[in-house]
Amino acid sequence: MTAPEQDADDSDRAEESAARLRALRPVDCDIHPPTPVMAELLPYLDDHWREVMVSRGIDGLGLASYPPGAALSARPDWRGADGRPGGDLDLLRREALAPWNTRLAVCHCLHGAAAMFSEDMGAALARAVNDWVAAEWLDREPRLRASILVNPRSPELAVAEIERCAADPRFVAVLLLAGGETPLGRRSHWPIYAAAARLRLPIGIHAGSDFHNPITNTGWPSYLVEDYVDQAAIFQHQLLSLIGEGVFTKFPDLRIVLLESGFTWLPAFVWRATKEWRALRSEVPWVDRSPAEILREHVRVTLQPADAPPAPEDLARVMEQLGAERVLLFSTDFPHWQWDGAAVLPAGLPARLLSRIAVENPLETFPRLRHPAVPPRAPAIPIEGFAP
Amino acid sequence: MTRHVVASVGEIPPGGRKLVSVGGRSIGVFNVGGAFYALLNRCPHQGGSLCLGERVGLVLSDEPGVYRYTRPGEMLRCPWHGWEFDIRTGQSWCDPRRTRVRTYPVSVEPGEALVKGPYQAETFPVTVEADYVVLEV
Repeated sequence: MTAPEQDADDSDRAEESAARLRALRPVDCDIHPPTPVMAELLPYLDDHWREVMVSRGIDGLGLASYPPGAALSARPDWRGADGRPGGDLDLLRREALAPWNTRLAVCHCLHGAAAMFSEDMGAALARAVNDWVAAEWLDREPRLRASILVNPRSPELAVAEIERCAADPRFVAVLLLAGGETPLGRRSHWPIYAAAARLRLPIGIHAGSDFHNPITNTGWPSYLVEDYVDQAAIFQHQLLSLIGEGVFTKFPDLRIVLLESGFTWLPAFVWRATKEWRALRSEVPWVDRSPAEILREHVRVTLQPADAPPAPEDLARVMEQLGAERVLLFSTDFPHWQWDGAAVLPAGLPARLLSRIAVENPLETFPRLRHPAVPPRAPAIPIEGFAP
Repeated sequence: MTRHVVASVGEIPPGGRKLVSVGGRSIGVFNVGGAFYALLNRCPHQGGSLCLGERVGLVLSDEPGVYRYTRPGEMLRCPWHGWEFDIRTGQSWCDPRRTRVRTYPVSVEPGEALVKGPYQAETFPVTVEADYVVLEV
């Protein structure tokens, strides 16, 4: 077969699977509105913090994990006129919602508020980002839902923000970064998990880091490709920490969603963790079930980026090993550049899994998606002198 | 099944063990608080000499950070991979239904009864004054 024929076949396959997806009206569990610039957040800050941001000239608080100009940060056709990853709401509607006939999409706003050393500034910015998301995205597009951005450095302030946002049923999860200051299983984080479990909000752990620690175990890498590929290892550290510290024993209702983590590393990780648990479990006696069992019950993982094996026929095997029927959630990861054209579903994804992945698993994982969401709050009141 | 006299009771005090060879099988005989149990000396995982493993308690927990130490000396930890087995039942802790080591019935008999037979005393004389550990294999 010549290359152009192969391309045509791939393109037909992508169109066919996209048609099946459209018929299901999928739930997209990972999309990204653009990271707001400070001018957009000023109306959502109080007087003190607005003055701090203006007088210090603070801006550009995107995460270092996603440099806005990097190819990974946006597919070329998914940049706004100004080059911004994700563009505006129209672009998001046209490129992320319409092509798949998406019923609901969960926005995760990757903002540096999550990485602030200052607990107070981090909390003020997280609050502003959440209010901006509600007013500028959720209020204007009924198919959108969002996670609650928090700065985990102060669990008290993070819990207060979770409780404040949770009054709005369109907030359906809590957002944490994969790489942080301390492992996520540590007890200092537990107030966040207690609040999330109580309010039926899964914890979304998204690729990326606050860069307070070297992002690999062996020190700082030099290149973005190292950072990005290494995310799989960072997710493994966090899963081990959550299991080993007994988070799922303490919070049996807690669910974790790995966002933009990839997933083909997960079966091998589970095998290894389970093997070692058999030998070492008396060190962590609260881990009273095998890691395989714990992960099946508590952890979900998003589709894109699909780090699929090179041969499509191998993917079905990985899906079996992963338990994709329960574990995998549909995501486009818009606007990050993970796939081209219409090929949001990796070749070889078994068709029988599609409705589980696209609809049933997401609705089971995010309980708040199952209920019609009526925003309880009036739209944010514009503050005089600062046009958003 | 044949009954074998494998030790005098005094030889295996509480907390003690004796490895015996019966009918070509290596078997560990354990005294747990005065009661005797016997396990095949072959770990069902990968064949390690399970009965040479450390005798430990069973650590349980109701919540993270709480260590409930129970049943001291009643678990056997395989020297190869550390899997824990219940000396009383032969069941592994991590997979009790499917991963279990073979157990054998053990009883304590007075020497007076044993002298009459039909028991096989392996390597030591049986006297009427003492009690003996008898293994059914």
